[in-house]
Amino acid sequence: MDDTSIQAIEISLFLEALYQRHGYDFRNYAKASIKRRVLTLAAIHGQTVADLIPRILHDDGFVTEAIAQLSVPVSEMFRDPIVFKTLRETILPLLQTYPRINIWQAGCATGEEIYSLAIILEEEGLLERAQIYATDINDIALRKAEDGIFPVRYLPEYERNYKNAGGKTKLSDYYVANTEFMRLHERLRRKIVFAHHNLVSDGVFCEVQLILCRNVLIYFNNDLQKKVLELFHKSLVRHGFLCLGTRESKRAVEERQLFAAINRNCMIFQKKGGEL
Amino acid sequence: MAKLLTLPKKPAIEAVAIGCSAGGLEALRKILNALPATFPAAVIIVAHTAPDGENLLSSLLAKTCQLPVSEAYEREPVLPGQVYVAPPNYHLLIEPNRCFALSVDERVCFVRPAVDVLFYSAADVYRDRLLGVILTGANSDGAQGLKAIKAAGGITLVQDPGEAYADTMPKTAIATGAVDKVLSLAALAIEISEQ
Repeated sequence: MDDTSIQAIEISLFLEALYQRHGYDFRNYAKASIKRRVLTLAAIHGQTVADLIPRILHDDGFVTEAIAQLSVPVSEMFRDPIVFKTLRETILPLLQTYPRINIWQAGCATGEEIYSLAIILEEEGLLERAQIYATDINDIALRKAEDGIFPVRYLPEYERNYKNAGGKTKLSDYYVANTEFMRLHERLRRKIVFAHHNLVSDGVFCEVQLILCRNVLIYFNNDLQKKVLELFHKSLVRHGFLCLGTRESKRAVEERQLFAAINRNCMIFQKKGGEL
Repeated sequence: MAKLLTLPKKPAIEAVAIGCSAGGLEALRKILNALPATFPAAVIIVAHTAPDGENLLSSLLAKTCQLPVSEAYEREPVLPGQVYVAPPNYHLLIEPNRCFALSVDERVCFVRPAVDVLFYSAADVYRDRLLGVILTGANSDGAQGLKAIKAAGGITLVQDPGEAYADTMPKTAIATGAVDKVLSLAALAIEISEQ
């Protein structure tokens, strides 16, 4: 047996140990990406993947760090500005009819996108009526998201994205900054509840009009993706909206008749009438 | 007796993985234009492009290539005789079931998509039935991935740095010592199309 095959066994045993010991189930993640992440975790600790197994079993402090590394959060403000523009122009007007607007971002990572959405809600006069839930399995990322503090080095890109997303004022109206960091205003932060939720193992926890889940399902295998799409279907109100990442599989979302496309380029879908 | 005389057959190539950066469009055109309409393997390309917007590269390449060219779509199978280009701002990977996967993980060698990410995952899946190619580029991305392709038994080719628009990528790849042949674009085109 060659090294690659042996390494595949090590990875699968490590993921099994993580699941049985701590309940975090990465066994149904897409194989190529999870392999990269497990190898990175091993490399950071100067160990082989096999060496990670006793650590995950016996070192209680290790799990938070392992989860943080296996669910590497990468996010930016107004990523794919056209999507935020479309949400602003097409979807938010439809949500205006609700006295209270519930929104869920599943897999919020460090929060850049949910703050982007909160800014749009404020500009459209809907923030006061909104309750936003932002969830992730990565507690370290969640804490950063809750703080709403981001490095200023990406600001030029964020400013550009904000304008392209139809921004009505200046992005600087929404944060205070020093030379290194920017912090989003309290009035945005207080509308968002950040919470730990695991898409793989946790069920429906709220009923919402809009779910944002961008570039999360790309890490799941077909079975898990299917299961999570069902969870989203159950979590949405009648005719509720689902927004996925722009390069995610359209076929997977549409083939089971759970959702109908509103805007395929922006990957915005609407829950179809029927129950499962 | 006849059995003893049979030479061990070189396994047929299932996929060609190509990485390039600065100056990549022209280099890719020269190679793809040389591929016959009957080319039997999949061609998978990672080129460092601007992070936003449409996949211009695939439409530009489609104009002159005899094979169908498209963006690599998430979860879709990698088909023979088809040219695929990684979407901007996503890493492109190959799953063991020979379908495309995307990721927004951190940049590798300062870029996303990164050639290394494609090469590592493709090497795992295609083993000795993979041909890896590094073309022009001002970056060190792809060298480690090419090494992985070689280690898995695949074939590794690099554009001659002397004629490359930017020579860093070919030079870094050659420095790994894992390169089978260093060839001009014209020779690369022939070498690949004869697979």
